[in-house]
Amino acid sequence: MTAVVADLASRCAVWWTILRICIEERLVYRGDFALGTLMRFLPIITQTFLWTAVFVGAGGPSTIGGYSRDEFIAYYLLTYVARAFSSMPGLASSIAAQVRSGEIKKYLVQPIDLLTFLFLSRMAHKLVYYAVATAPFALVFYLCRGYFEGWPDAPTLAAFVLSLLMSFLLGFFLEATLGMIGFWFLEVSSLLFVYMLFNFFFSGHMFPLTILSEPWRTIVLYQPLQYLAYFPAAVFLGKVQGPALVEGLIGQAAWTLAFVIAARTAMYYGVRRYSAFGG
Amino acid sequence: MHPNYFAVFREFARNSLVREMTFRGNFLLDCVSSLSWVFMQLGLYLVIFEHTDQLGSGTGWGRWPFFVFLATTLFVNSLVQFFFMTNMEELSDLIRTGNLDFALLKPIDTQFLLSLRKFEWSSLANVVFAAILLAVSLGHLEFRPTPLQGVLYVVFILCGVALLYSLMIALGSVSVWLGRNESLYDFWFYITNFSRYPMEIYEGPFGTPLRLAFTFAVPILLVANVPARLLAWPFESQDWRLAGYAFVASLVALVASRKLFYKALAAYRSASS
Repeated sequence: MTAVVADLASRCAVWWTILRICIEERLVYRGDFALGTLMRFLPIITQTFLWTAVFVGAGGPSTIGGYSRDEFIAYYLLTYVARAFSSMPGLASSIAAQVRSGEIKKYLVQPIDLLTFLFLSRMAHKLVYYAVATAPFALVFYLCRGYFEGWPDAPTLAAFVLSLLMSFLLGFFLEATLGMIGFWFLEVSSLLFVYMLFNFFFSGHMFPLTILSEPWRTIVLYQPLQYLAYFPAAVFLGKVQGPALVEGLIGQAAWTLAFVIAARTAMYYGVRRYSAFGG
Repeated sequence: MHPNYFAVFREFARNSLVREMTFRGNFLLDCVSSLSWVFMQLGLYLVIFEHTDQLGSGTGWGRWPFFVFLATTLFVNSLVQFFFMTNMEELSDLIRTGNLDFALLKPIDTQFLLSLRKFEWSSLANVVFAAILLAVSLGHLEFRPTPLQGVLYVVFILCGVALLYSLMIALGSVSVWLGRNESLYDFWFYITNFSRYPMEIYEGPFGTPLRLAFTFAVPILLVANVPARLLAWPFESQDWRLAGYAFVASLVALVASRKLFYKALAAYRSASS
């Protein structure tokens, strides 16, 4: 029992050290980081005018795809929050690059698990991001508060937070799985580009997925990318409620678990294929 | 003795093409990549025009006029990307590493050298797509532009390129003072995002000042709006005024950005030992 506790304590100490180093690394260019975050909201302005023009042009319908004009803007703002959790810039490409360059062998010869290290590193990146980005996010949401009908009730808020946390896990393990393909194909940049395009379109980053006509609408609501942006935003706005909400959260958990297993399996078989030469 | 600028320009183009053709597979992938982004944009607008006949009320920007606008935006942006983008991206690195010294020592105009060293040939895939989109869209319009409008369209596309290039070189100049300017290039991307929509959508107490600012102070709304109007419908008197202003603004922007660039170069302190 004491040995188990000691082992766990030593693992935690390692994890804490990794997390701390990664946080310090990320904080080097914090000014550039905060400015970049604030500027990322600039497209919200054009989106507001674009969708206002769409609603006016359509003769002022109350909703398009179940969203009013104000809800469209609120939706876009919320996808920024969702993507702050789910987007993993450079994760897959860095795994593939480390496989290609042979750098990955440092994880194979040292007592550090690659996925755990990357997960902690990404967590550090996100923690720093939230610390620096909270102020610009709060400013933009305050300025745009008129587009929201107010805070949702506590259960909806809890479901929103849960979906955000799962979107982080799903985003991480999905990209990690793609990166692991690097064990089989040395050059995966084109594959990653295709993924990025699909992600942009089918995650709901460009528009609420329910504005698509059938059968596209039904199809896209079955795929995992929707949980990276569309689903959390729709949950916050109360567009997914009751049994549909429970089903959605279960679906998100199932996809997350599937990609955890996929990433682990790909790594297990990948490192057995891997061969490194030279010092 | 002055170098033959046209011969140097031709050599830059040839060298870039030779480099791209050395990795043909990569070149094709680059073409497919840039086209995919365009298809995504087109996809978004196809979805939008499933829900509305036009953008705004009485603006005239229905499906096909808007696709003329989209093709125009594509022309301007692809040409900027073709001629300048790679070079401007590298400018920041040249300054940070001190390699700008080598450009300054060459017996040729520094702005010319730094702006046009490498051409991004894969961007021409978007130009071809823009031409097809434009032809298809014009085919669906009842209005037929005159040959003069066609000629002016090309002139104002070039004005649009000049305006965006001036903004780019101005931001590049700022990197001489700042050293690191990744956010500034993001800024370029986000600011030019405003130019991708018809100016009529910027309406209301916040939209109107924004439209005026991006028309007169930083005239990026003129980049695509002026040439697109030339082909989308018969030109009206206020459009001529806007076109005249766009022509003057692009000349002023070119001169002002060049002055700023040389002022920045005067402040350059080499980073090498």
